[in-house]
Amino acid sequence: MDVLKKVPVREQEAKVRAANFEEVCLGYNKEEAMEEASRCINCKNAQCIKGCPVAINIPGFIEKVKDGDVEAAYQVISQASALPAVCGRVCPQESQCEGKCIRGIKGEPVSIGKLERFVADWARENGIKPEGAKEKNGKKVAVIGSGPAGLTCAGDLAKMGYEVTIFEALHEPGGVLVYGIPEFRLPKADVVAKEIENVKALGVKIETNVVVGKSVTIDELLEEEGFDAVFIGSGAGLPKFMGIPGEQANGVFSANEYLTRSNLMKAFDEDSNTPIMRGRKVAVVGGGNVAMDAARTALRLGAEVHIVYRRSEEELPARVEEVHHAKEEGIIFDLLTNPVEILTDDNGWVNGMKCVRMELGEPDESGRRRPVVKQGSEFVIEVDTVIMSLGTSPNPLISSTTEGLETNKWKCIVADEEFGRTTKEGVYAGGDAVTGAATVILAMGAGKAGAKGIDEYLRNK
Amino acid sequence: MYKILEAKELAANIYLMVVEAKRVAKKCQPGQFIIVRMDEEGERIPLTICDYNREDGTVTIVFQTVGAETKRMAGLKAGDSFHDFVGPLGCPSEFVSEPAEALKKKNMLFVAGGVGTAPVYPQVKWLKERGIAADVIVGAKTKELLILEKEMEAVAGNLYVTTDDGSYGRSGMVTQTIKELVEEGKHYDVCVAIGPMIMMKFVCKMTEELGIPTIVSLNPIMVDGTGMCGACRVTVDGKVKFACVDGPEFDGHKVDFDQAMKRQQIYKTAEGRALLKMQEGDTHHGGCGQCG
Repeated sequence: MDVLKKVPVREQEAKVRAANFEEVCLGYNKEEAMEEASRCINCKNAQCIKGCPVAINIPGFIEKVKDGDVEAAYQVISQASALPAVCGRVCPQESQCEGKCIRGIKGEPVSIGKLERFVADWARENGIKPEGAKEKNGKKVAVIGSGPAGLTCAGDLAKMGYEVTIFEALHEPGGVLVYGIPEFRLPKADVVAKEIENVKALGVKIETNVVVGKSVTIDELLEEEGFDAVFIGSGAGLPKFMGIPGEQANGVFSANEYLTRSNLMKAFDEDSNTPIMRGRKVAVVGGGNVAMDAARTALRLGAEVHIVYRRSEEELPARVEEVHHAKEEGIIFDLLTNPVEILTDDNGWVNGMKCVRMELGEPDESGRRRPVVKQGSEFVIEVDTVIMSLGTSPNPLISSTTEGLETNKWKCIVADEEFGRTTKEGVYAGGDAVTGAATVILAMGAGKAGAKGIDEYLRNK
Repeated sequence: MYKILEAKELAANIYLMVVEAKRVAKKCQPGQFIIVRMDEEGERIPLTICDYNREDGTVTIVFQTVGAETKRMAGLKAGDSFHDFVGPLGCPSEFVSEPAEALKKKNMLFVAGGVGTAPVYPQVKWLKERGIAADVIVGAKTKELLILEKEMEAVAGNLYVTTDDGSYGRSGMVTQTIKELVEEGKHYDVCVAIGPMIMMKFVCKMTEELGIPTIVSLNPIMVDGTGMCGACRVTVDGKVKFACVDGPEFDGHKVDFDQAMKRQQIYKTAEGRALLKMQEGDTHHGGCGQCG
């Protein structure tokens, strides 16, 4: 074996997977995992742990894999993470743990994500569960939202002995793991549902169909329903649109709508009761992970798909692996291109999108080079569906109905990073509701911080 | 699970169900709505709230069968359950937060069309409970499709029933009754119109001419109902609004109805196909213009 290279991971072939919703990456088997684990040099001052938002003891679990003791490896991971099978699949490892790996200096880093995934999948297949609290401490915590932040916070608190209830607005728990990330990247029944079962096995209750801010307020949870503290992990919020002419035309969707129909409501399945537009030629506007997910979903529903992004490939915010997979599957990248108008037929249906070419100018406040319009470069792409994937703005449902809960100028809930403390006593928050749209693992890190903050608050109360 | 305590057909293809839903019953206000899902495979269907009982923890919903999914829902009986029942969603009617004294000085006119009578009822009832009598016009295509007449009579100041074909009550569209009432010397400070999009559009046209501020309740396509998907976006006063969180009630004189009506058509072909598949099963092999 070449010690400078990762043990390659098996994947569904691009041509085959472009027409199905089954998982793209097939993962390591035990042999492959042990071989890859042997590449880890077990650094004393492990940089990878510093790159992990939930600080998993990475060399510790890899050591166990190397020895072939996968169960022990799972217990090491689950001390820090409630959702390893999810993280092994969706974390941006290249900018976190693997980005810091010493092996990466002269070759490829250890494939930490794929190893984590292997351990979590093995544990699931072999019925291994994380260890829960021995005794309950009699204190009640309400967690709002059952996405990565909420599940992590709830799992950590339950392990400490708290009685935790999660309130979920949708009919199914999981948040973005269920409505946002597609089946081919994160299988729902086999992976997400099982990780949620593990959290429930720790004693966490989940009440679905409760929209906090509407069905019940945070003040009512604290004053009438007997909760001692609340963690808000309500997620990102309302989809943004560009504000260009034609955007309300039939055939223009937010990525949130398109993905929710396909993922949560299973509209990709012909037998689903929920419809989805199966376009012939689809433009997805944006360059993040959500844009890649929407594009690859549209492709699997039979369309020719273009990613339309105003900056260049280097600035694409999506994970490298997603861009790579999207290209392999045949997604066309129209880079340095920006829509200015959506064109419609007489009945109000999309039949084209007018765009301009861009070039990169001076760096802006984000440090990325600002795209500037090339004069006279207008042209029309013929499309019948446009999916806007431009990020989200915070949902005011909770902040507007909770006395004393401050938001910042972007309307995100104000909370400190270390403990998730908000401006209201007993109320903690984390994840996209605080930071704006980010990643699963950052939300999990915030969920952990919130659990730590709540524990400290309730122990001193 | 949310148990159905009562289920009946009010008129052809219009159903009323009383559902046990404690959280919704405790919090809901006139103007708000809920989303139901019949079973694990069900679509999320937004429905208006027709009535609620805070003590019993029940919510009454009324719906018309328009596609495969509502047709399936119509088969539910007392004792069955909805898999999901979430709400209350959307904002309460504006008048709910107005002081009762100010409301008492206002002459209010409610205009209900077809199944839109259901969401008008709790609004008029709420006012009646506070000693405010509002005039109500209820319009239906024909006598057989008229719903909740007795209930409405009990809470309305004056009730005017009109049918398009003249088979019951007055004859003609609701707009004609509005015009006649104003010509008779009635003065209204505000009008609330709820019904089919096309009805609301024409009521707004008329009340604009008559100078009566008008509120409408929109029922666009929705998925989550909490602001997340943006499917329900409508243009009001040139700005994009999400009906689920900004509405569902808006200033009717500022709503872009033509756009809203077009947007309601997005999934019509897919819905029609699903309905035909359900009705005709394997015997359907094209020719409908909807499939293939």
